[in-house]
Amino acid sequence: MKITLKVWRQKSKDAKGEFKTYQHDHVSSDMSFLEMMDVLNTQLIKKGEEPIHFDHDCREGICGMCSMYINGQPHGPLQTTTCQLHMRTFKDGETITVEPWRAQAFPVIKDLVVDRSAFDRIQQAGGYVSVNTGGVPDANVIPIPKKIADEAFDAAACIGCGACVAACKNASAMLFVSAKVSQFALLPQGHAERKERVEKMVEQMDSEGFGSCTNTRACEAECPKAISVANIARMNREYFSAMVSSYEVKVGGGE
Amino acid sequence: MKWLIDLFSSTLGRKVLMALTGLFLILFLAVHLAGNLQLLKHDGGRAFNVYAEFMSTNPLIQVISKGNFFFILLHAGVSLGLTIRNRNARGGVGYAVISGKSSIWSSRNMGILGTVILVFIVIHLKDFWAQMHWGGIETVMYDGKEYRDLSKLVAYWFHVGWYVALYCFCMIAIGFHLWHGFISAFQTLGLNHPKYNPLIHFVGKAFAIVVPALFAWIPLAMYFNI
Ligand code: HEM
Ligand code: SF4
Ligand code: FES
Repeated sequence: MKITLKVWRQKSKDAKGEFKTYQHDHVSSDMSFLEMMDVLNTQLIKKGEEPIHFDHDCREGICGMCSMYINGQPHGPLQTTTCQLHMRTFKDGETITVEPWRAQAFPVIKDLVVDRSAFDRIQQAGGYVSVNTGGVPDANVIPIPKKIADEAFDAAACIGCGACVAACKNASAMLFVSAKVSQFALLPQGHAERKERVEKMVEQMDSEGFGSCTNTRACEAECPKAISVANIARMNREYFSAMVSSYEVKVGGGE
Repeated sequence: MKWLIDLFSSTLGRKVLMALTGLFLILFLAVHLAGNLQLLKHDGGRAFNVYAEFMSTNPLIQVISKGNFFFILLHAGVSLGLTIRNRNARGGVGYAVISGKSSIWSSRNMGILGTVILVFIVIHLKDFWAQMHWGGIETVMYDGKEYRDLSKLVAYWFHVGWYVALYCFCMIAIGFHLWHGFISAFQTLGLNHPKYNPLIHFVGKAFAIVVPALFAWIPLAMYFNI
């Protein structure tokens, strides 16, 4: 296969970026998108040019690092991660445009690499269950219906890739945050900190500068882990009931 | 009190205001339509005039009407704030290529559709509501009681071609706004449940088609003397 690539190149966070066009004549239809990029980068290195920087890690669809906005869709035309996207999805001779995730809260660091630590800070704000030390409880001591466990597991499948933010016209992080809220809200272990969790996570989400949700559902359509917008409705319920009924949460230690 | 301010300054809380005011406006549309449909009666506008007189004098309706004005302004005001926030959230550089495949058109254009509706509401109020309240509107006598002849004013405008076209265009805008808005409001309020979703979707889509279509049918019927 031969393809033309239009790739966003940007030297550093504050530098002005621009598209550069590359002719790529040695593409096999069996290559993954990242392998295709590897081959291109090898050619660039041989020519003494700066290779294209992009995030990747597991290359098996579970780490969520491989952020690339391909032909107007996060992770390209299929509902999968970029590492699981193969060149047979594209036509011979096609021009493919590759851009970084675009969001105020995800600044571009270099080329296609963006800083997604805003997601980490949202998680740190409340996306955990506090476990106090003590004897190890029996695994089956807390009864959880299978359906509920499955639903929580589906929410927990989120890999924090940020495709939902990239896909959303408002750069809203609602699908991600709602998956992280739901995976605990559904389970008895998460109930103790339920209200405080959603309040803090929503507050952190807003302060990171993500947009608000207009329910376009583009996130759900693009999410490689098929996280449902039903989680967003659940987070709305969790948030409103927490805000109207919780004890005032004071962040910080006691005197 | 801080929690209340926090709630309604959060993006989720502001969306609740959008959804609640939006649903109120939907209810308002249904009532408004029921009134308008009386224009189709061939009774020289009597039923419609009696109804309009009631709506513009009944004290309870006056309170609801004030609330309605407030809700429209609130809905538009909050949506403006959120839309600006959402624009900024993309960051300085936007995408070069955007595929519109993953969402429906109306969901991506609620702000534009809403602006069309707002402009329409202003024109509409100027031509009808303001005339009814302060304009030198003609009167008619039914059973020895004096009524303002709003139906005559409506008949005047609904025989002006460009006005009928504008009216129909704005009804299409409302239809698209509601095609997404109706269902969206339930999702925003957290009302998403597999048992009720089919009903919400059916009623939402039916409302978005039937109500604007009936609204638009009235000027068309009057213009073409059907
Ligand atoms: C005054 C002019 C109007 C403007 C500027 C406007 C604007 C908007 C915008 C931008 C949204 C999306 C907001 C968001 O999802 O965050 C929206 C949602 C909505 N609008 Fe309007 N609108 C207007 C009038 C109306 C009218 C007349 C109705 C009812 C007939 C209506 C019903 C709705 C509903 C139900 C929603 C969905 C709320 C939600 O997503 O939670 N709007 N409107
Ligand atoms: S919700 Fe889906 S798209 Fe969003 S971060 Fe999680 S896995 Fe990625
Ligand atoms: S590289 Fe880990 S999900 Fe693609």
